[in-house]
Amino acid sequence: MLAEGNYIAGENTFKKSEKLYSTRVGLVEYDERRVSVVALKAFYTPAVGDTVIGKVTDVTIGGWLLDIKSPYPALLRASDVIERSYRPQKNELSSIFDVGDLIIAKILSYDRTRDPRLTIREPDLGKITHGRIVKITPTNIPRMIGRKGSMITMIKQETNCQILLGQNGLALIKGKNIEDEQLAVMAIRKIESESHTSGLTNRVTEMLKKEKTKKSDT
Amino acid sequence: MPKSEERMIDKDGVRIDGRKYNELRQTKIEVGILSNADGSAYIEQGKNKILSAVYGPHEVHPKHLALPNRSRLRCRYHMAPFSVEERKSPAPSRREQELSKVIREALEPSIFLEYYPRTSIDLFIEILQANGGTRCAGITVASLALADAGIPMRDLTTACAAGKVEGQLVLDLTDNEDKKGEADVPVAYMPNLDAITLLQMDGQLTLEEFEKTINLSLEGCKQLYELQKEALKVKYVAVKEEVEE
Repeated sequence: MLAEGNYIAGENTFKKSEKLYSTRVGLVEYDERRVSVVALKAFYTPAVGDTVIGKVTDVTIGGWLLDIKSPYPALLRASDVIERSYRPQKNELSSIFDVGDLIIAKILSYDRTRDPRLTIREPDLGKITHGRIVKITPTNIPRMIGRKGSMITMIKQETNCQILLGQNGLALIKGKNIEDEQLAVMAIRKIESESHTSGLTNRVTEMLKKEKTKKSDT
Repeated sequence: MPKSEERMIDKDGVRIDGRKYNELRQTKIEVGILSNADGSAYIEQGKNKILSAVYGPHEVHPKHLALPNRSRLRCRYHMAPFSVEERKSPAPSRREQELSKVIREALEPSIFLEYYPRTSIDLFIEILQANGGTRCAGITVASLALADAGIPMRDLTTACAAGKVEGQLVLDLTDNEDKKGEADVPVAYMPNLDAITLLQMDGQLTLEEFEKTINLSLEGCKQLYELQKEALKVKYVAVKEEVEE
């Protein structure tokens, strides 16, 4: 929806006879001759190596199907989960993960012809036992992390929570008490709604400090 | 009432609702007003009130409908029972099925469907109140809902009708003008790419009149296009201003 001249088409853009158009609503970025658009709203497209949070929607003979909020369901194979060799007669898959369970996993392989495959064979991956999940627009994840992780470390420090961002737009927050968790949720909501504005880290810090003093007063 | 007064256009060329021949109806567009759908938009064009929502891309159900090489766009144009003067049966009529297909085909060229094979994009257009030209307004609003859902598109599609009423060519016909007029030509258009994606005609026009009518519609489309872009920006600019205060 934006027109340009003699440039190279970057992300979320396409070129037609010397003119460049945007394919999504977003903010334009120029890098020498390369023009790309940072979308303000988009759905998650799987990419190999991404950490995602998924919900089990189905238990099949060979594994589990997970909803990772992308156009395609993700497959987690039983042989990737069970240490010893997997035998369908012996192992009951629903006793490991059941429908509705939330799982942190990494994307092992994906291309457009085949559904994404997941793995949990890495530290910190696996079933989520406690904490809360917050939905975010996937395009806001870089914003959530901030420059060199400044935003996310700031929130972690201020709220004493552990935060894990799934690239697919789900964040897991684990705190010592409910108040801390609520504070972190508030911060994330603020980033979400104001993601396209500048000076956000400072404003979020301010808000968190204000909320904390309010709490300690009462 | 004497018959002679029931004219659609007076001698100064002003239409029954006070518009000039090349004037659009008062139009208001809002984007992203539904929280449960992936994308949504709402348009008021004169007395037309249309709501549009988009889900997807997601898995296709039933599965056999999935296309191996591209996403399937599914479109439902539906008029609410209270949208017209006499209650309309809520069941989809022949006319609605046809319009669903026509709108789908008008929007398909604007979307990069090939990016997401084996999925579907579900589009719903609800006519809350109808007063002529709902297919065009439906296309205009549906295109915005798709953009709001973050679906990659070549361009926004915008649509507008023009026609002939009492011998004069006029833009953006109302229900009354459509019924009493001689011809109606709905056109859907992608302004950036200069491509027409829908062209229909109901009634009779000479070849010369037909060309003029199309050009008139395209002018209307371009005006609507500006309103569309404005509506997309407003959603984010409002937040920004609030923050900067």
